[in-house]
Amino acid sequence: MALLRLIAIRLLTTAITLAGVAVIVFFVIRVVPGNPIAMMLPPGATEADIARLSALYGLDKPMITQFGIWLAGVVQGDFGTSITTRQPVLGLVLGRLPATLELSIMALVIAVLLGGVSALIGTRGRGGRTEGAIDVANGMALSVPDFLWGLVLMLLFGVLFPVFHISGRVTPSLDLPFVTDFYLFESLLRLRFDLWADLVAHMFMPALALAIPLAAIIGQLLKQSLKETMNLDYITLARTKGYGETHVILREALRNAVLPTLTLVGVQFTFLIGGTVIIERLFSYEGLGNMAIDAVINRDLPLIQGIVILFAVIFTAVNLIVDLLYAVLNPRLRHA
Amino acid sequence: MIRRRAGLRLWLSAGWLGALGAAALLAPWIAPHDPLAQDLFLGRMPPFWEAGAEPGYWLGTDSLGRDVLSRILFGARVALLVALAAGTISCLVGATLGLLAGFLRGWFDMVISRLIDIWMAFPPVLFSILLIAVLGPGLVSIIIAVVVIDWTRFARVVRAEAMSQGAMDYVASARLAGRGRIGTMIREVLPNVLPTIVVLLTLEMGIAVIVEAIMSFVNLSISTDDPTWGGMISEGRSAIHQSWWVLVFPLIALFLTVLSFSQLGEGLKDRFDPVLR
Repeated sequence: MALLRLIAIRLLTTAITLAGVAVIVFFVIRVVPGNPIAMMLPPGATEADIARLSALYGLDKPMITQFGIWLAGVVQGDFGTSITTRQPVLGLVLGRLPATLELSIMALVIAVLLGGVSALIGTRGRGGRTEGAIDVANGMALSVPDFLWGLVLMLLFGVLFPVFHISGRVTPSLDLPFVTDFYLFESLLRLRFDLWADLVAHMFMPALALAIPLAAIIGQLLKQSLKETMNLDYITLARTKGYGETHVILREALRNAVLPTLTLVGVQFTFLIGGTVIIERLFSYEGLGNMAIDAVINRDLPLIQGIVILFAVIFTAVNLIVDLLYAVLNPRLRHA
Repeated sequence: MIRRRAGLRLWLSAGWLGALGAAALLAPWIAPHDPLAQDLFLGRMPPFWEAGAEPGYWLGTDSLGRDVLSRILFGARVALLVALAAGTISCLVGATLGLLAGFLRGWFDMVISRLIDIWMAFPPVLFSILLIAVLGPGLVSIIIAVVVIDWTRFARVVRAEAMSQGAMDYVASARLAGRGRIGTMIREVLPNVLPTIVVLLTLEMGIAVIVEAIMSFVNLSISTDDPTWGGMISEGRSAIHQSWWVLVFPLIALFLTVLSFSQLGEGLKDRFDPVLR
C-alpha cells in the first residue's frame, strides 16, 4: 500500500516537472529578441509576406493561445517542422536518438566496469599503496569534466598512437545494410563483426570520455560501502570458514554493498546523457547532441525545442525508473 | 601526512590561479605579440624546441600566423572574467534563495524546491545552449546562462544547511533573546553556512571556465577572432594532424585552471571540516 502511494506521488511529481519543462522551453524560446519569421524570409520580403507567414505559424495569436496550440501538438507528437531541413522535427529527432542512446549505454557499461574493478582492487588492497593510488586517480578523474578528457584521449589515441577514429560514427565508405538506426546492436544481430568493430573504433573514445567521471564516482562509493561491509560480523564468519579475501569480497560482501551504488548510478547516468551533447560535437559523432548544436547555430527553433523536450523526457524517465526500482528493491518499503 | 598533502594541493592550485590572474592582468604588457596580428608567412610555426621554429614565437603560431602564447595570455582574461562574474552572481542569487527557503520554510520553500526539481530535469549543457541560442552569442549571454542554470547548485546545498542549522539550539536562543527572523538568519545562520558557500563558489568558478570554453569551442562565445581558449582548441581540433601545438597549449592551460579551481574547492572543504581538522 505504501509502495503504491509512493508510486502515485512520484508519477504526479514527474508530470508536474515535465509540465514545468514545457512551459520554460516554450517561453524561453519566445523571448527571442528579433522576429523568428524575419529570419526565415529572404531580405526584401514585404509586410504582407511577414503577416502571412506569421499567421501560418500561428505567431499572430496571443501568447496563451499559442502555448495551447503548441502543447496540444507536442502531446500528440507534433513538434512542428524544422526550419533548415523543412522536415518534421519528430522524425529528425527520432532518427538521431539511437546513435546517442548507443553511445550513452556504451559509456555506462565502461563506467560500471572501470569503477567496479577499481573498487574491488581498492578494497582488496585497502589501507595500502594500491588504495592510495586509486584514490588519487579517482580524485583526478572527478576534477576534470568529460569535455577535457575527450580532448586528452583524442590526442593520445587519435594522434600520438592512432588506434581509434577521432570523428564520425562509422567509416563513410562502408556499405551499411542496416534497417534500423541502432547500428551497433543491429551489426551484432546480423553477425557483421567487421562493421561492429568499425563502429566500436569510432565510439570507444567518446564513450570513454563520458565514462571517466562516472567511473570515478562509482569506484569511490562502491569501495566505501565495500569497506564498511567488510567490518560486519557475517564477513568475519565467512573468513573463519577459511575463504580467501577475494572470495569473501566477491561472493559475500559485494551483494550487500552494491545497492547504494546502484541508485547513484541512475542519477549520474542522466548527467552522462547530458554530456553527450558536447562530446558528440567534439568527435563529430552524428547523434542528437551534435544535431542540437547545429540547430542552435542555424537558429532552428522548432528543432531546438524538440531536442530539448526529448532530452528532458529521457532525464525524468531515468529518474523515475531509478526511484521506482529503489522503492521496489528496498525491503522496508516493500513490506510496509 | 594526509594534512600535509592536502596543504600542498591547496598551495599548488592557489599558486597556479594566482599566477594566471597576474598574467591575465598584465597580458597587454607581457604578451610577446599582438594576439590578433596575423602574418601568413609565419603560419603554423612549431614551438621553440622543434626544428623550423621562428624565434620569438615560443609556443608556435596558428594557421593565420598568430602567436599562440599571446593568445593564451589574452584568453586567460576571458576565462577568468567569466569565472569571477558568473561565479559571484550565481553564488549571490542561489545562496540568498537557498538561505531564505531553508530558514523561512513555508510556501517560499515549496516554490524554490519545485523550481530546483524542474531545473534538475534539464541537461545543463543543453540548457545553456538553448539560452545562448535565445540570447545570442557573447560573453554576457554566457554569464547569464551560467547564473540561470547554476543558481540551483548553491540554492540546493545552502537550503539543506540552513534547514539543519535552523533546528539547532543556538537559533532558538537567539530568537528567545528577541532577535527577529531575518536578523537571526543573517547574524546567526549565515556565518555558519559561509564556509560551504565559499567552497561552492570556488567549484562554480571552475565550472564557469569550462562553460565558457565549451561555448567558444562551438563558436557561441565572443567573435572568433578574439582569443579564447575554447576557440583556440576548436581551431586546433580541425588541424590536429598538422599543428598539434595549437590544440595542446590552450588545452594544458584550461586543464590546469579547471583542475586548480576544483582542487582548491576540495582543499578548502577539508580545511573547513571540523572533523578532519
